[in-house]
Formats: sequence, C-alpha cells, structure tokens
Amino acid sequence: MSLRSPMSRVLGLGSAKDGTTHWWAQRVTAVALIPLTLWFLISLLTLPGLDYETVRTWLCVPITGFLAVLLVTVLTYHSYLGTQVIVEDYVTSTGMKVLSLMVLRFLYILAGGAGIFAILRVVFGFARL
Amino acid sequence: MPARVRPTSPHAEIYRWQIGNTLSILHRVTGAALALGLIALSYWLVSLAGGPDSYISAARFFEGPVGLIVLFGWTFAFLFHLLNGIRHLFWDAGRGFERTPRQLSGWAAVLGAIALTLCVAAWVWSRLS
Repeated sequence: MSLRSPMSRVLGLGSAKDGTTHWWAQRVTAVALIPLTLWFLISLLTLPGLDYETVRTWLCVPITGFLAVLLVTVLTYHSYLGTQVIVEDYVTSTGMKVLSLMVLRFLYILAGGAGIFAILRVVFGFARL
Repeated sequence: MPARVRPTSPHAEIYRWQIGNTLSILHRVTGAALALGLIALSYWLVSLAGGPDSYISAARFFEGPVGLIVLFGWTFAFLFHLLNGIRHLFWDAGRGFERTPRQLSGWAAVLGAIALTLCVAAWVWSRLS
C-alpha cells in the first residue's frame, strides 16, 4: 500500500516539489556543452594568435558570435545548477542556505550577463562611437 | 536535545578509498574550479569589449606565469569534467555500471584528461616558441 496521495502520484514531483526538473536541466545543458566547449577550445587553440585584432575579427564572424553567446548562456546555466547543489549539500542552516543561493544566483546572472553583453558589444561595434 | 545518542548511519570515513569516490569528488572539485573559470571567461570577454588597452591588461595576466598555470589547471579541470561527465551520461542511460567497465572508464577519464592536457600544453608551447 502506498502512503502517497493520488494527487502526489499524478504530479510525480516528490518531496522536493520540482521532480526531475533540476536533474534533467543539468543533463540537457551537459550534452549541449560537449560540442560548444570543444568548439571554443579548438577555435582558441587554432587561431593565428590571441591578440586583440585577431580575437575581435574572429568574434565578429556571425556564427562565432552566435555560438559564443550560446556557450556563455548554457555554461552559466549548467554551472549555476552544479554550484547550487554544492551549496545545498554543505550549507546546513536554512537562513544561510537561502541567502547563499540568492547571492549565487545574482553572481551568475552578473557573470553570464556581462559575458553576453560584452560579446554583443564587440559584434555590433557600438564600443567605438 | 535527545536524551541519549541515537545510532546513525555510517559516515564517509568507514569506507575504503577507491577510484569511484575519488573521481566523484574530483568531478565536483573540477566543476567548482570551472565555475571560477566562467568568471575569468566573462572578464576576458568584457576586456575585449573595452577595447585594445583593456584587452592587453587582461592578456598580460593570462600570459604571465600565474595566468598560464591557472589556464592549464582549467584545461585539465575542463577535460576531466568533460570525460567524466560523459561517463555520468552513460550511467544515466543505464550503461557501464558493472565493476570492470566502471573502473576502466574511470581510469580512461583521468588518464585521458591528463594526456589531452599535455597535448594542449605541447601545442601551445610549440606555437609560442
């Protein structure tokens, strides 16, 4: 006999109330990051140099800028999901946990947002007015 | 407070140290290190968006001895997290749980990451000199 209510069984969300959402998002972003990160690493290693003009020219190629935005976005999301679990595992007091998770989320949006904004600024060139 | 000490489940220290738990810990440690790498990636992109002068000041850090050591640390962390992550994805698909494939894939992930890091280092070294 199950002690779970019919409603809880239908929703399938368990005691954490979000079911497999977090776990699944971590896997989907992991799979997406395999080609994205390898593309980024190999691109940097095979560029003729890493000086300002070379990197800027490379990033201004439409497909490069597009993939770079995707990379930073998915990387930020995947990394947030991972560090969130680390905080949840090691920060035991509820108040500190809520506070750290909030600060963590702010930091990630800051880092990811700055990265994406920087790419767009380079690509669309409104840095030099 | 309880009146007497209740029995608790066995904690981590009673278990023998082996490849499985070592790589599990290493996966989390490299993930945390790569979270810092994301901040560095954003910093690098922002410096690029800031123009040649700010890019040069960021590049000067990454080209210095400390910067190079940190970059190779991140290269290893990334390659290990990638290979061990693929291992985790196979487990998620229900494959590779048997003793032999589990341990072999573990060694493949560590040694593969070390070998690929050395390849990247050799490649960068050959381009620099």
